[in-house]
Amino acid sequence: MATDSKELAGLVGGKYRYGFVTDIEEDRVPPGLNEDVVRLISAKKNEPEFMTEWRLKAYRQWLTMTEPTWAQVSYEPIDYQSICYYAAPKNPDDAPKSLDEVDPKLLETYDKLGIPLHERARLAGVAVDAVFDSVSVATTFKAKLAEAGVIFCSFSEAVTEYPELVKKYLGTVVPRADNFFAALNSAVFSDGSFVYIPKGVRCPMELSTYFRINAANTGQFERTLIIADEGSHVSYLEGCTAPMRDENQLHAAVVELVALDDAEIKYSTVQNWYPGDENGVGGIYNFVTKRGDCRGANSKISWTQVETGSAITWKYPSCVLRGENSVGEFYSVAVANNYQQADTGSKMIHIGRNTRSTIISKGISAGHAQNAYRGLVRIMPTAQGARNYTQCDSLLLGDQCSAHTFPYIEARERSAHIEHEATTSKISEDQLFYCRQRGLSEEDAVNLIVNGFCREVFKELPMEFAVEAQNLLNVSLEGAVG
Amino acid sequence: MVELGDPNPMLVIDSLHVRVQDRDILDGLSLSVGLGEVHAIMGPNGSGKSTLAQVLAGRDGYEVTAGRIEFLGEDLLALTPEERAHAGLFLAFQYPIEIPGVNNAYLLKAALNAQRHARGEPELDAFEFMRVIKDNMKLMQIHEDFLSRSVNTGFSGGEKKRNEILQMLTLEPRLAVLDETDSGLDVDALKIVANGINSLRDPQRSMILVTHYERLLELVKPDHVHVLAHGKIVRSGDHTLARELDERGYEWIEQEAQSA
Ligand SMILES: Nc1ncnc2c1ncn2[C@@H]1O[C@H](COP(=O)(O)OP(=O)(O)OP(=O)(O)O)[C@@H](O)[C@H]1O
Ligand SMILES: [Mg+2]
Repeated sequence: MATDSKELAGLVGGKYRYGFVTDIEEDRVPPGLNEDVVRLISAKKNEPEFMTEWRLKAYRQWLTMTEPTWAQVSYEPIDYQSICYYAAPKNPDDAPKSLDEVDPKLLETYDKLGIPLHERARLAGVAVDAVFDSVSVATTFKAKLAEAGVIFCSFSEAVTEYPELVKKYLGTVVPRADNFFAALNSAVFSDGSFVYIPKGVRCPMELSTYFRINAANTGQFERTLIIADEGSHVSYLEGCTAPMRDENQLHAAVVELVALDDAEIKYSTVQNWYPGDENGVGGIYNFVTKRGDCRGANSKISWTQVETGSAITWKYPSCVLRGENSVGEFYSVAVANNYQQADTGSKMIHIGRNTRSTIISKGISAGHAQNAYRGLVRIMPTAQGARNYTQCDSLLLGDQCSAHTFPYIEARERSAHIEHEATTSKISEDQLFYCRQRGLSEEDAVNLIVNGFCREVFKELPMEFAVEAQNLLNVSLEGAVG
Repeated sequence: MVELGDPNPMLVIDSLHVRVQDRDILDGLSLSVGLGEVHAIMGPNGSGKSTLAQVLAGRDGYEVTAGRIEFLGEDLLALTPEERAHAGLFLAFQYPIEIPGVNNAYLLKAALNAQRHARGEPELDAFEFMRVIKDNMKLMQIHEDFLSRSVNTGFSGGEKKRNEILQMLTLEPRLAVLDETDSGLDVDALKIVANGINSLRDPQRSMILVTHYERLLELVKPDHVHVLAHGKIVRSGDHTLARELDERGYEWIEQEAQSA
């Protein structure tokens, strides 16, 4: 048959479209990590004493920890002393007040990424806090958000402007020493986003951040903290692409979400970092800790992710369902092509009564890739009436890739109701032929079928993001036919 | 009857031999279809009617060991399935395929635009597309919410067949091959499908109807009726042949063919 696995492998062997490096001067700290470097990072950011101390404690805890090895991924040992822990564009002091003041080169970069900041910001009504390397350089729509009382700023700014909020919530969802990578992040985090939605406020627009790793050898250590106060509502979009690099780059981010009574947070991610070339050389190591705390009654946290990039993905966006009747959701599409390795999934920890959670995971493997779903549903004795529904579907393109499912269930409460469904399928010759008979190219047919497979997740994404995600999926799976 | 090299044919199949998994299914089949003609192909189960349809559409796994096919003067066998579609060949599948998560409108719009693009015509936006398919949906008595349902997923047998005709009406092919589109339809659905087919009859368009039943041929009058058996067209006639087959079955023809 002509559409055998080899051809399919060719089909999905798309070139990474966003491989370029922006030529902007960097202000960097020499590679290596010790207490002085931690202090230096803190000093560069004019942080108050409490923050410096917090970082140092994290650093000392990190020293006592070892890298986790349980994930279904393998990579050469990382030399933490060869990593550069801080880089920022020149003159962070006079950050631009509007887009006109933004370095045109940077805007050009966004343009190449298909993110026309002007249009996107103005037309779509999206406030964009663009993180370029480690420092935020463009923040829009601040005024409108301020009117609603919403705080949306870089993490560094929050540390100096809203230290009380930071002190109160930082590390309360992902503790400093939660895991090896989270501890490292806590010690050296460079920047990230901070969001606070006051009581009863429905955030007037989608909040969006585009991350981009730029400097060679610069690990990125983003830190995001989102607090939705009682009865508030926010939808946050995170999207990322990276330029082509040969060295592996470490990315260890931490995201903490806090939803108080009746609050709702919707967190959407499109992750498109450099996955390495078709031989598995290069690419980003994406070791991320994302956790949401449904702290209040009737609160809701919803994670939606489309993961197409990175050489290695180690990521388990989770929900701690503490408040009564709180709801946790996880919708995920994870694509692994060539030699990419993805170990991703979710944890739902049910503590409060009548808490409910849903996990929908769609894994797509192509080439020689490894794609694992790893999930944990834990029902604590206090969680009477808890319910979980988990669905894990895997789609294999070709016969040299693999899919694994590791669903862990710990039910310590009898009235809990847990449902789990899993399927593994191959893209069918019949479907491909049907589409081609109607006039679609083989490549478009694959895209169409794969997009259909992901629909349950895509429909959870905000409109403008859904289109982007679909395009991204096509790009990740694109390649010459025949 | 038209032959290879005829200046005005739609389709010429010349002595086609097809092997499937080491078995010869078609064994020197020849058939010519002129512009504007409607041909019916009948024949016992397993005689190779769907095989012929699949080979015309370019399905993998069917090995053409000898013979030629010309479609509008071009060497059909040299084209990929999508190139055949772009050239105007449409196949209504005997068993339409389900594609979960992809809605009907999306597939059909993508297909129409892929074909338009290949022909150098401008692509249609969502509004123009809706205008095009609205009348077709009315004709096929397909409800609008049908468009947002996944392709053929959870459709009844009859709905799948009507959907095939909706696609045909929208794509307006030059040659439509309908593989048992009438099978499994109730009386009303059969009329709807026949109406759809008749609405496309045109001096520039040809059709091949694969069917087991004379009922459809009462509603869509074919110009020629053929019987496929033992890998060949063993008998051809006008629509009265269909009635005769309906009454007498295939045995007499097969016997005649064998003794000949
Ligand atoms: N993909 C295939 N693999 C194996 N055998 C096949 C394949 N396709 C067709 N055949 C065989 O070829 C023969 C002809 O099948 P085909 O489907 O063309 O018959 P048909 O005339 O359409 O029958 P029906 O009237 O039942 O639809 C059958 O014996 C069938 O089993
Ligand atoms: Mg058949």
